[in-house]
Amino acid sequence: MANVAMPADRAEPNYLEVTTNSHKGILGWLLSVDHKRIGLLYLYTMLAFFAVAVGFGFMIRLELLTPGKTVIDAQTYNQFFTLHGIIMIFLFIIPGLPAVFGNFFLPIMLGAKDVIFPRLNLLSWYLFIIGGLIAVSAWLMPGGSADTGWMFYVPYSLRTTTNVVPALLAAFVLGFSSILTGINFITTIHRMRAPGMTFFRMPLFVWSLYATAWVQVLATPIIGITLALVMIERALGVGIFDPSLGGDPVLYQHLFWIYSHPAVYIMILPAMGLVSEVIPVFARRTIFGYKFIAFSSLAIALFGSLVWAHHMFTAGMSDTAMFVFSFLTFFVSIPSAIKVFNWVSTLYKGSIQADPPLLYVLSFIFQFSIGGFTGLMLGALSTNIHLQDTSFVVAHFHYVMFGGTGFGIFAAMHYWFPKMFGRMYNLKVATAAWAVVTVGYNLLYFPLFISGYLGMPRRYYDYLPEFQPYHMVSTVGSWILIFGLIVMFWNLWRGMRSGPKAPMNPWGGVTLEWTTQTPPIVENFREVPTVTTGPYDYSRYESAAKEGK
Amino acid sequence: MSSSAHTAVHHVHRDDYGSRMGMWLFLFTELILFGGLFIVYAVYRFVHQQEFHLAAQELNTVVGLLNTVILLTSSMTAAMAVTAIQKGNVRFAKGLLWVTVLFAGAFMLNKYFEWSAKIHHGIYPGSPDLLAKPEGEILYFGLYYVMTGLHALHVIIGVVFFLFILRQIGQGKVTPTSYVRLENSALYWHLVDLIWIFLFPLFYLIH
Repeated sequence: MANVAMPADRAEPNYLEVTTNSHKGILGWLLSVDHKRIGLLYLYTMLAFFAVAVGFGFMIRLELLTPGKTVIDAQTYNQFFTLHGIIMIFLFIIPGLPAVFGNFFLPIMLGAKDVIFPRLNLLSWYLFIIGGLIAVSAWLMPGGSADTGWMFYVPYSLRTTTNVVPALLAAFVLGFSSILTGINFITTIHRMRAPGMTFFRMPLFVWSLYATAWVQVLATPIIGITLALVMIERALGVGIFDPSLGGDPVLYQHLFWIYSHPAVYIMILPAMGLVSEVIPVFARRTIFGYKFIAFSSLAIALFGSLVWAHHMFTAGMSDTAMFVFSFLTFFVSIPSAIKVFNWVSTLYKGSIQADPPLLYVLSFIFQFSIGGFTGLMLGALSTNIHLQDTSFVVAHFHYVMFGGTGFGIFAAMHYWFPKMFGRMYNLKVATAAWAVVTVGYNLLYFPLFISGYLGMPRRYYDYLPEFQPYHMVSTVGSWILIFGLIVMFWNLWRGMRSGPKAPMNPWGGVTLEWTTQTPPIVENFREVPTVTTGPYDYSRYESAAKEGK
Repeated sequence: MSSSAHTAVHHVHRDDYGSRMGMWLFLFTELILFGGLFIVYAVYRFVHQQEFHLAAQELNTVVGLLNTVILLTSSMTAAMAVTAIQKGNVRFAKGLLWVTVLFAGAFMLNKYFEWSAKIHHGIYPGSPDLLAKPEGEILYFGLYYVMTGLHALHVIIGVVFFLFILRQIGQGKVTPTSYVRLENSALYWHLVDLIWIFLFPLFYLIH
């Protein structure tokens, strides 16, 4: 390179300054096959969709402030919770960690220059955008957007006059995008590791992406064909699931959950990987039980694929099937608990540095544990009969998906922010925003456990007056949460624009991404790194701690 | 953005093994896509055994058998095309690919006549004749159209792949030293063939 004379940390222009093609400006982004630029494309679009879905969530909560009509009518309410679900699930939680931070950091953590199929990677993003626009645009079409809930249960999804087909098509296209990302990641992990980067030297985030990618590849086609069948049935009148033509709606539910239960592991596994990254860095300790965490990701992916029918205990199944699915559901909690124990053990006697990434991770552990335990209550046959289709389920789902994965995404944003943008956000504001978000979040969802336990049905527009106190607390919580989110994003935005320059390794991490320039150069490393140790080698700090320093 | 002089040339990474691995993963997803349909088929056939049996007799086994032979032979010519290019015989490889495409055309033509005949007899989704039949037969023909239709779509995609490869051979992008795209297209074609091998007995041979 001609410009080696420049200071060591600015030896080459970074990925924000140069692109991989000959275009400048916006096309330099839209046509770039650089995994880091694609990661940022995902980040910005995903956050835009997130903002839209938060808006729908806000309206749902506002409507439930009082019994009867508060601000919107019942049909709009049905459409809002459907859109909220579709956008949050397919456009925020599923791509949140793998497509954004996986794209950005997977190659760097492996010591690679890019993913193995860079153009396929860009195609995935375009499919993501097309799917997202189809999902949102259905709202503007005559007939309005779907009012079926994100599960599209037949026969209602065959009967309703709203635009179900665009919503199904959107989910289908997004599924295809997800499959291509999964194929790309698996092949990259197998083929692109730097010299010395054995499987058991890979960071745990990479392990979790590996397990996730397998679920994406093996489970997503099922939802693809199932949604395609509903589309064909609606458009052409082919008899598949429609009971008036001999079809079986319960079969639809099975096919739907064969994908959609593993899909919650697509959502949670990368967040667990992120937690396993953050904790050693901020506790200055080698991760406790590395192999157990790595294998528990695979175990969750495997067992998680065998428990789908626990969503259908009241739909009509044989007692034997119910017993088996309930048993397997309890079984899948074991690898999840292994992870939690290992994280807590890593923190034990560590020299903990309570910066915003770790704070979000601690919220994750707290909220994920509540979500996990209430999941067992739902997985038990007897309690399930009582709790099925109540707001208890809504609370449980949001505790694992938002309290878990959502907070994982926030943690990732705060953890990798300085590496991605080369600047630092205000730590005090970030800490304050974390406190507000956590309080607002718990205030929003915890009351739903209680009202659900007392019999408040989920997805209902109207309710008995006795449930109003819980709904009021919950709605106030939603306001606090949204306020906290605004502060959090404003702080990150301000840091990105005008924050102080970040050093190469602000947190003291030891995985490969902290050895690259900040922000990374186009092909990540000037020389391909050679790996000689495991990913969390904090022996230096630990021996110093033993000597009492 | 800094000056265009800094525009980096992106690293070109060639990894044939990796490309094949990606293709195999994609084929898994295709198998599972059809796997969902096979589950639906299995459940409905279990519930409506008699009616599936009766409905199957309306299909022409000879046409189905002919299509099976056509598709199996085309799979052979696709595999031969790969071997031909490996041995450096580019002209022969191109010829074999054209034969494969012709076989695919013959398969689709057969399919066209078969579907037309069914539709002519009033058996198509939502038709009054079909709706007058028992539920099991409605489901059978629904699945027949969906599964063979989706398979036919895959035949068309396979043909597009082969035409694309033929173009790339002409442009010198697929050569005796760099032929992984041809290999992957042939792999895809074998999948199309494999799925048909399951569809044929499930729809034509229940007697």
